[in-house]
Amino acid sequence: MDARNFTFMFYGFAAAWLIVAIYVISLARRGARLKRELENVKQLVQAGHTAREEDIEHRVR
Amino acid sequence: MREKLTIALAAAGGLLLVYDLYQIFLVLPDEAMQGPIYRILFFHVPAAIVGMVGYFVALVLSVLYLSSKDLKWDSLAASVVEVSLVFSLVNIVSGSIWARVIWGIWWTWDARLTSALVGILIFLAYLMLRRAIDEPTQRGRLSAALCIFGCVDEVIVWKSIEWFRTQHPGPVLSIRTGGGHMDPAMERIFYLNFLAILLIATALVLIRTRQEATTREIDSLRRLAHAM
Repeated sequence: MDARNFTFMFYGFAAAWLIVAIYVISLARRGARLKRELENVKQLVQAGHTAREEDIEHRVR
Repeated sequence: MREKLTIALAAAGGLLLVYDLYQIFLVLPDEAMQGPIYRILFFHVPAAIVGMVGYFVALVLSVLYLSSKDLKWDSLAASVVEVSLVFSLVNIVSGSIWARVIWGIWWTWDARLTSALVGILIFLAYLMLRRAIDEPTQRGRLSAALCIFGCVDEVIVWKSIEWFRTQHPGPVLSIRTGGGHMDPAMERIFYLNFLAILLIATALVLIRTRQEATTREIDSLRRLAHAM
């Protein structure tokens, strides 16, 4: 009984920390993905601005 | 400033957790009836309380969103629900492992266990609903309504051990019973571990909230790019 009691206590703590660890890892991965996405969208907007300015310049000519 | 606060909260929670683990494993004796397995309860109960407190905080934030229509409250509510759900899962899984030794079963359709599982499913649905709706105001309104609905279940979870005498043990903490059900040295570690988990959960909410703000920034930049 005591050995099983210890084993299940270990399982309980391991499961609790595993759930928290998986969440923290997923949070970190999501953070990195969002950072990349933000950079991409910023570049897209910047490219849009440049294209628009070139278009206006072209029309003025 | 926000990053420093997040690090400070996580560090304080971590240090307190180390102290608590030392007390749980090396200072406190085995429980007379349960043996060493009772130590799981030092995480099972505080995780449940942190989860429940989080859902009620999300309820307040959802009501604030519905009254002000400010998306910042909606983002904050979603962050709090997500972190609370993690601790509710810790609660239900650790409780199930404890039950296997003490009751001889992994699960039973007891009032407390069933209402807690229903709560987890409701808040899981809350997160799925948010992923399914793109329009921010509609997403905020519907998820706030679901959060309020979920909190009704959380009241049942909280009171179920008083209303129904089924398999789950009744209240033991002195804040609910007036004392006499638990050794004060053990109860002190319960509260300290609650504080440690609360600090860590708050740090996680701050990280998640910053991610929500980044998502909003990406959305507005995308709309700007489409308009060009």
